[in-house]
Amino acid sequence: MTGIIPVTGIKRKEEIKMWASIKEFASEFFVTGDPLIYGADVAIALTLFAIVFVLTYFKKWGWLWREWLTTVDHKRIGIMYIIASILMLFRGGIDALLMRTQLAMPNMEFLTPEHYNQIFTTHGVIMILFMAMPLMFGLFNIVVPLQIGARDVAFPFLNALSFWLFFWGAMLFNLSFVIGGSPDAGWLAYPPLSEMSHSPGVGQDFYIWGIQISGIGSLMTGINFIVTILKMRAPGMKLMHMPMFSWSVLASCVTIIFAFPILTVTLALLFLDRFLGAHFFTLDGGGNPMMYINLIWMWGHPEVYIVVLPAFGIFSEVVATFAKKKLFGYKSMVFALMSISILSFFTWAHHFFTMGSGASVNSFFAITTMLIAIPTGVKVFNWLFTMFRGRISFFTPMLWTIGFIPCFVIGGMTGVLLSVAPADFQFHNSYFLIAHFHQVLIGGVAFGYFAGLYYWWPKVFGFKLNEKLGKWAFWLWNIGFYVCFMPQYALGLMGMTRRVNTYGWDTGWWELNLVSTIGGFLMGIGFIFQVWQIAHSIKFMERDTTGDPWNGRTLEWSLPSPAPLYNFAVLPQVDSQDHWWEEKQRRAQGLEPKPAPPIEPIHMPKNSGIPFIKSFFWFIAGFGFVFDWMWMAVPGLIGVAACMLAHSFHYDNDYYIPVDEIKRIETAARGAV
Amino acid sequence: MAHSVDRAHSFSPHHEYGHNGHHDLESLRTFGFWIFLITDCILFGTLFATYMVLHGNTNGGPTPEELFEMPGVIAETFILLTSSFTSGLAVLAMNRGNRKGLIGWLAVTALLGASFIALEVTEFAHMVQDGATIGTSAFLSAFYTLVGTHGLHVSLGLVWMTALIIQLARYGITPVTKRKVNVIGLYWHFLDVVWIFVFTIVYLMGVMQP
Repeated sequence: MTGIIPVTGIKRKEEIKMWASIKEFASEFFVTGDPLIYGADVAIALTLFAIVFVLTYFKKWGWLWREWLTTVDHKRIGIMYIIASILMLFRGGIDALLMRTQLAMPNMEFLTPEHYNQIFTTHGVIMILFMAMPLMFGLFNIVVPLQIGARDVAFPFLNALSFWLFFWGAMLFNLSFVIGGSPDAGWLAYPPLSEMSHSPGVGQDFYIWGIQISGIGSLMTGINFIVTILKMRAPGMKLMHMPMFSWSVLASCVTIIFAFPILTVTLALLFLDRFLGAHFFTLDGGGNPMMYINLIWMWGHPEVYIVVLPAFGIFSEVVATFAKKKLFGYKSMVFALMSISILSFFTWAHHFFTMGSGASVNSFFAITTMLIAIPTGVKVFNWLFTMFRGRISFFTPMLWTIGFIPCFVIGGMTGVLLSVAPADFQFHNSYFLIAHFHQVLIGGVAFGYFAGLYYWWPKVFGFKLNEKLGKWAFWLWNIGFYVCFMPQYALGLMGMTRRVNTYGWDTGWWELNLVSTIGGFLMGIGFIFQVWQIAHSIKFMERDTTGDPWNGRTLEWSLPSPAPLYNFAVLPQVDSQDHWWEEKQRRAQGLEPKPAPPIEPIHMPKNSGIPFIKSFFWFIAGFGFVFDWMWMAVPGLIGVAACMLAHSFHYDNDYYIPVDEIKRIETAARGAV
Repeated sequence: MAHSVDRAHSFSPHHEYGHNGHHDLESLRTFGFWIFLITDCILFGTLFATYMVLHGNTNGGPTPEELFEMPGVIAETFILLTSSFTSGLAVLAMNRGNRKGLIGWLAVTALLGASFIALEVTEFAHMVQDGATIGTSAFLSAFYTLVGTHGLHVSLGLVWMTALIIQLARYGITPVTKRKVNVIGLYWHFLDVVWIFVFTIVYLMGVMQP
């Protein structure tokens, strides 16, 4: 009997020890100590709880799985991309406003320096890779097959896989906010700061794996849309008949397939440095940190053209539609797109003129950078000439386009200033640079995608967005933009460098910083108006029954809104640019539409759960690698391999929609076949 | 039906439109694979560039001349080149409709690929035993990553080829399996070409006297 007491005593001691180690683990595993992050924890937990509750209460789990998680329909995948990117815009925007609040006044103590470093890092990564990219892919998905007269993309399964890889990559990256700690070495994670020697935490590993997983998805989307555009255009649609947005997608995807493998390798090498102690970019062992900076910008510079080219395509569509004129200079537009996509690979070193490569190298990159201004200028003139003597109607997509032109021209001019290598030694890493790239990325990319979203919204969802609220949002964004970023040019010239988390009263920077912060919040209010606009438009739904609410010119407007599952009951026979416009003109002249060939059964791909599951295994593997937990990473990779094999052995993955079914759907959507 | 097929052909000048105006999926997939190979070219190109920049940074560790043992590497090269030839024979057998020949030549190709991997793993193991690890110097980091990435590609190809052999045994030569054989043939030849560059740039230029 006497032996029992010490045994339980030991047990209790062990229990206490265990609890202590669990506590210690939890305090390292979860990010602790910051009220902002505790707030976020609560918000995340509540949101997850609400989602689970709603799905369970309304018995929607099966619906979610069958209709969305396993879908291979490009239109639904596009919608999921867009929802995800708007959520990411919210998060990246909050990051921006936190930074602007910290910088509003001198000596602010709103964010700690460590937290500030994390926030400018995640702001950059999220806005470029998890906001702009998915919004772009969402528009690709929604528009391209409809515009070129195809029934889906070339590889619908791969398309779903791309989306879910992006989704789980983004989840992994965002998880770092509450688990383990965010990356804090800047949006491109320059070594040696991003190496184990300087960033021993897990933040950088979240960065590597979050971007790596979603980057593989981006690469596959690039391949998918190249094949779709080159091989699946409607009969008769020659390349030079193709709508300009599809051309811009082709230019962007060609750039993707050449640029993204470089990113994959660069991140993998950084990972090997951190994980296996390799010496690619370390300060010791013969490593070369500048090698990383060259490699990452060989991807990074084309990347900004990848996101801006489709925006150019959107402006071309919008301008032609709302000026009711054929696009001016179609051929020069195509030429400009393609030459930008090639030139984009020869400018990377202008991001580090100060590296010390010597005068001849700097001159080469300065000149190639200036050269890009030429095709871009051609495009601006083409848009202006399209508007010239057109009957312009000022709907929201057109407003964003008109707002874009002066904004992008100023941003482009400051870009040319930056490209002058000797002058760049002054501008480098100052707020002048910050203002420049925000002007081209917000004024070019964000305005462009907003224009696209407003333009194609009725096609996707079957109802229009409220114009009045949209105009409020436009003016708030547009005015907020100039109020926010024009002072930053001046601040840069006054000596304020990027990534400073605070400054003193003696610098004389506070007035301009305060103005800039006010501008930032104006854009934030603009975003709230957009959310309100969407909510309002859902409530007071204004259905688009025509399928052609803007009197459009290209094929997507010949379909009902939203387009049926198979898009085109009969593939159109195309013989000109602006085919749908020409067709409408013919009908207005009282000419009979050409007799359509009879409807035939349509071959469709079956839904599949593999893309979702496989990407989830990538997430598991990535999470394991982040924490060096091989017991988690290895099963994750085995899961990925098993999914690949399962897909390879799966032969029953298509079906036919019978003619009766097509006729029934067409009658319901159009009133007649 | 004959009527509708005529119709489909009469309004589709593109060769991609086959029966009933539908795209020939298998040829789309082969085309997509060519584009994937472009991305893989860039991937290896980046690794080669990294190797070229870093191969002199030996950090006091072994240099390429001290490290590389050419007989083994030459054996690897001949084995891989032969496997490329046998994968070509497999495609020829397929085009004759000879399923047994196809599976046989694919199996020979896979065996040769496996011996290549075995030799490479042995080579790496020897180097590591001699204290030349990925963490020794920038040169060795770049070396193991470049050559290892090629080896990883070959290994993945082996798993893929095995899966394909099982599918061929189960379904025979169909348009789908035919496309799969063609695609893996492309992949295999591509890896062969990459190896020729590895052999030249890493090994031959490594042991050449300056």
